[in-house]
Amino acid sequence: MHIFDAFHLARLQFAFTVSIHIIFPAISIGMASFLAVLEWRLLATGDVAYKDMYHFWSKIFAVGFGMGVVSGVVMAYEFGTNWSGFSTVAGDITGPLLTYEVLTAFFLEAGFLGVMLFGWNRVSPKAHFFSTLMVAIGTLISTFWILSSNSFMQTPQGYAIENGRIVPVDWLKVIFNPSFPYRLAHMTIAAFIVAAFIVAACGAWHLLRGRRDVPVKRSFSMALWILLVLAPVQILVGDAHGLNTRKYQPAKIAAIEGLWETEHGGTALNLIGFPDMKAEVTRYAIQIPHLGSLILTHSWDGEILGLKAFAPEDRPYSPIVFWTFRIMAGLGMLMLLAALLGLWLRLRGRLYETRWYQWFIFCMGPSGILALLAGWVTTEVGRQPWTVYGVLRTVDSVSPIGAQQAGVSLLILVIVYCLVFGTGVYYMLKMMKKGPAQGIESHESLKYPGLHNRALDAVSGE
Amino acid sequence: MQIDLPVIWAAIIGLGVFIYVMLDGFDLGIGLLFPFFEGKGEREVMLNTVAPVWDGNETFLVLGGAGLYGAFPVVYSTLLPANYMPLILMVVGLIFRGAAFELRAKATRTQHAWDLAFIGGSALAAMCQGIVLGSLLQGIKIVDDKFAGDPFDWFSPFSVFCGFGVLITYATLGCGWLILKTDGELQRKMRQLMRPLTAVLLGAIAIVSLWTVLGLPAVEARWFASGNLGWFLPVPILVLVCVATIFRSVRLEHETMPFLLTLAICFLGYTGLVISIWPYIIPPSLTIWEASSSHSSQLFALVGTVIVLPVILVYNAMQYRVFRGKVREGDAGYH
Repeated sequence: MHIFDAFHLARLQFAFTVSIHIIFPAISIGMASFLAVLEWRLLATGDVAYKDMYHFWSKIFAVGFGMGVVSGVVMAYEFGTNWSGFSTVAGDITGPLLTYEVLTAFFLEAGFLGVMLFGWNRVSPKAHFFSTLMVAIGTLISTFWILSSNSFMQTPQGYAIENGRIVPVDWLKVIFNPSFPYRLAHMTIAAFIVAAFIVAACGAWHLLRGRRDVPVKRSFSMALWILLVLAPVQILVGDAHGLNTRKYQPAKIAAIEGLWETEHGGTALNLIGFPDMKAEVTRYAIQIPHLGSLILTHSWDGEILGLKAFAPEDRPYSPIVFWTFRIMAGLGMLMLLAALLGLWLRLRGRLYETRWYQWFIFCMGPSGILALLAGWVTTEVGRQPWTVYGVLRTVDSVSPIGAQQAGVSLLILVIVYCLVFGTGVYYMLKMMKKGPAQGIESHESLKYPGLHNRALDAVSGE
Repeated sequence: MQIDLPVIWAAIIGLGVFIYVMLDGFDLGIGLLFPFFEGKGEREVMLNTVAPVWDGNETFLVLGGAGLYGAFPVVYSTLLPANYMPLILMVVGLIFRGAAFELRAKATRTQHAWDLAFIGGSALAAMCQGIVLGSLLQGIKIVDDKFAGDPFDWFSPFSVFCGFGVLITYATLGCGWLILKTDGELQRKMRQLMRPLTAVLLGAIAIVSLWTVLGLPAVEARWFASGNLGWFLPVPILVLVCVATIFRSVRLEHETMPFLLTLAICFLGYTGLVISIWPYIIPPSLTIWEASSSHSSQLFALVGTVIVLPVILVYNAMQYRVFRGKVREGDAGYH
């Protein structure tokens, strides 16, 4: 086995850089919309506590966004440096999609970010809100294009092959390929959940430390409302996404479930187990009869293809996706529990005073990020051995580079990422530990004649 | 008549790269000028002149990459592996300096380290961009749409000198920008720096020009043998005029002229480059037509570009307008 050849090193590098990268945009996507809501409430109510919250979370957003931009530049060039086979063959499709992302999303975000972060005293409150809104919309448009591109790689359609290259035939079919709507919904909600758990955990921490001021309580409360809606919706969307995957990428489902045989009359679900690619079995499996069919086909005895239905060289590596999927799904269930417990405590009026619950939410802070990463590993490793499913193999996608180049660049990137992004995360955590400022911004609302100054009402009202 | 899409796309990418050089040039240039200014207050002002816009400036680099990827995938998948190390180091430089923007103000004990990261990152990114440019001018070996050279083909005295050329260009742009955006003592110091920087820039342009013309026969033929010398000659003459006017405007304490004229020099240098390589996109291997993606891909991306790019330029300009005027100590920004 040549584990340290250019091909494997390039894969390792991509997995590493994209995993670090994805964390920051996910935070930005969720946080930008949260900030837009905060500013909308500020404009609508004039309650300056919203402004304190905005200032606090926008600083954390700014660091996250900056990290996302710089780690994203790496991605935009990595396709060329490490994956020139892929960019030659699939560039006619993924290139224009990326161009659209840059044009319609990146510029929108960057063009209004300056005003959003530094423009409070330079533009009117409405113009400022407009800037925040544009940044938030920009992050969502960006999600749209990049997931369209990614989904095309998973479930390609609307293309033809000419001279060994994938060329577009019908752009609408390319963009709205079969897995795209599901993936887009799943990812956008995931990003909101990532941000919501960060906000909630930060609130929980300050509640545990004894703070009871409005920005802290309201951050905690708003995040839990969002989670109460999104956690169950995400499970439903995930389920629909699973059905879609079974239809278009059955090998991925077989690998996720550790299924080897195609069983008739109902397939059991492996709760846990250890898939063995060589022996073609899943060892020590704990099974629940018929549950596999029930979940994946919504019927008692629906048929699910096993891995043996696919040639050995076409099978995704089951031991990874089997477990990453279970981590994601398990965290999803915990999230639902957290949200429901929150509702229950809220109804009993104990939300801000229940310490064990605050500890629980605090520990759940990174759960959104973990679930997101686990989900991405599942879908990306599950697509293997293809970069464009059924069309272009990963092994044919790599650049003509040597192991030395791939290895040195991997080493450099690992060191730089740990240094830079480690520090970035450190400061984000440090700011969150400090918490929102308490009441110092109150006087500033006088600068905005359009707002009613209801600072006192707001503080006494909660 | 069939529209010649590859030409349009080459123009769009050319424009994108030029806007990038213009904008991120002064932005990176500030990092290059950092070592000359020790004061905490001075450095903060320098950073805050670009705080609201650096991110937008850098987006043009991503546009260049994405545009190449979409319109000329072969270029993307050959130029990039050929310049593997410089590009990796460039993004590393950009990571360090981008992070320094956000983290510098938050760090107290380690602020010096982040200043160093900002300086080093800016210098590394500028240097590597110059090296990539140099290696492109030298030519890249391509067989069957794949890079077929040696991993260190990019490394040559010429490409390294191009790296220095870009470094000095960006520093001059940064200096011009800061004359425009600052006042008082800091502006005075910038004025003092502007003249030696411009002189070195002129020297660098002269050497790179001579080197390409004398060292690269294809370029020589383009300039002297094509019978168009009369058309091309204004380029070097205008460069000289610009340099002379910069000296004069600095003496007369003009605020915007030095920056605008440095931009003009960049534009002229860029024009010279285009003259040297057109219609190749990777000399001597690929012309823009040979490197193009399918008609449908170029058309699809063009529709969006034609609609969106003007809007982008407008709101980017608006952002500059919102943040117009001098930046002083204590203004909103990174603190």
